[in-house]
Amino acid sequence: MAAAKRKKGIVLTEQQQRTRRARSIALALVLAGFAILFYLVTIVKLGPGIFNRSI
Amino acid sequence: MSRAGATRSAEVLPGFSDVADYFALLKPRVMSLVVFTALVGLVRAHGDLHPFLGFAALLCIAIGAGASGALNMWWDADIDLRMGRTRTRPIPAGRMPEGEALAFGIALSVASVAMLLLFTNFLAAGLLAFTIFFYAVIYTMWLKRWTAQNIVIGGAAGAFPPMIAWAAATGSIGLESVILFLIIFFWTPPHFWALALLRKDDYARANVPMLPNVAGEHETRKQILIYSVIMAVIGVLPTALGFAGLIYGVISGVLGLIFVAFACDVWRKERGAAAQQAAKHLFAYSILYLFLLFTVLLVEGMYK
Repeated sequence: MAAAKRKKGIVLTEQQQRTRRARSIALALVLAGFAILFYLVTIVKLGPGIFNRSI
Repeated sequence: MSRAGATRSAEVLPGFSDVADYFALLKPRVMSLVVFTALVGLVRAHGDLHPFLGFAALLCIAIGAGASGALNMWWDADIDLRMGRTRTRPIPAGRMPEGEALAFGIALSVASVAMLLLFTNFLAAGLLAFTIFFYAVIYTMWLKRWTAQNIVIGGAAGAFPPMIAWAAATGSIGLESVILFLIIFFWTPPHFWALALLRKDDYARANVPMLPNVAGEHETRKQILIYSVIMAVIGVLPTALGFAGLIYGVISGVLGLIFVAFACDVWRKERGAAAQQAAKHLFAYSILYLFLLFTVLLVEGMYK
């Protein structure tokens, strides 16, 4: 019985699962927001110059 | 450096704090004031920064302010636990391990400074880094527990945002941004000492040497009045020095006089419910004063 329990490891409660999911979603949204921010800043800073490069 | 033992955070599993707790670490109400005053600095600077980069700069300043808040809550968890106003914050309430707040604060500090450097210039990023350092280390770790002048000197941290925004927009520190800094700098002591008069017992319990606890209420009331007069005079400087128009001059003069009148009230009424009421009024009006003053500066700056 004890061995079976050890195999299972830490079992999260429903509340913990909900919290972790909310945290993951929030983190994903923040990361996506940063990606968009950096993209837009790059466009604004470089503008048409973004195509102006040597091959 | 761990301050464990002072809080109940040892019971909290890392990684299971609510998103709302992380948000609370950023001190959103302080952050809103920081963003607003920085916006005024940005608009009045009339620099050649693209509006979107201006928005990005404000975001960096906001994140930097949030990072300082998180670092402050990490270090001050033991004090927060002993004060009614702060007992429900994530760490003292036992909803977040201390280490997580520290990591969150450091990550956001580094990110905000690096981003501001990439988006704008070295001066603005340097000022933001200095502001975070000043608030988290000089004020929180050193001054707050050591001297009754804690919020006078520490107030500089809250006064920097318009200057950072100004530097982001122009790459320099103009005299007008210094005036904006001084307005907030001299506004901070009467604002916080009014609160300290109301929460004297809380600060005593937490062993924080606020002025009413160290120098007494009488001295605090006197200091509030002195700082209020200086602040009211600096408030009209933008017009006196030709940065702002006559409308701002008149409004700031009237608002400053009302501020001094409230401070006089605090000075005169030393005992009982009337004294409490006077301190409450001054505290509430101080927030309105700063908001109105900067709103007029913002509107004038937009139509200049």
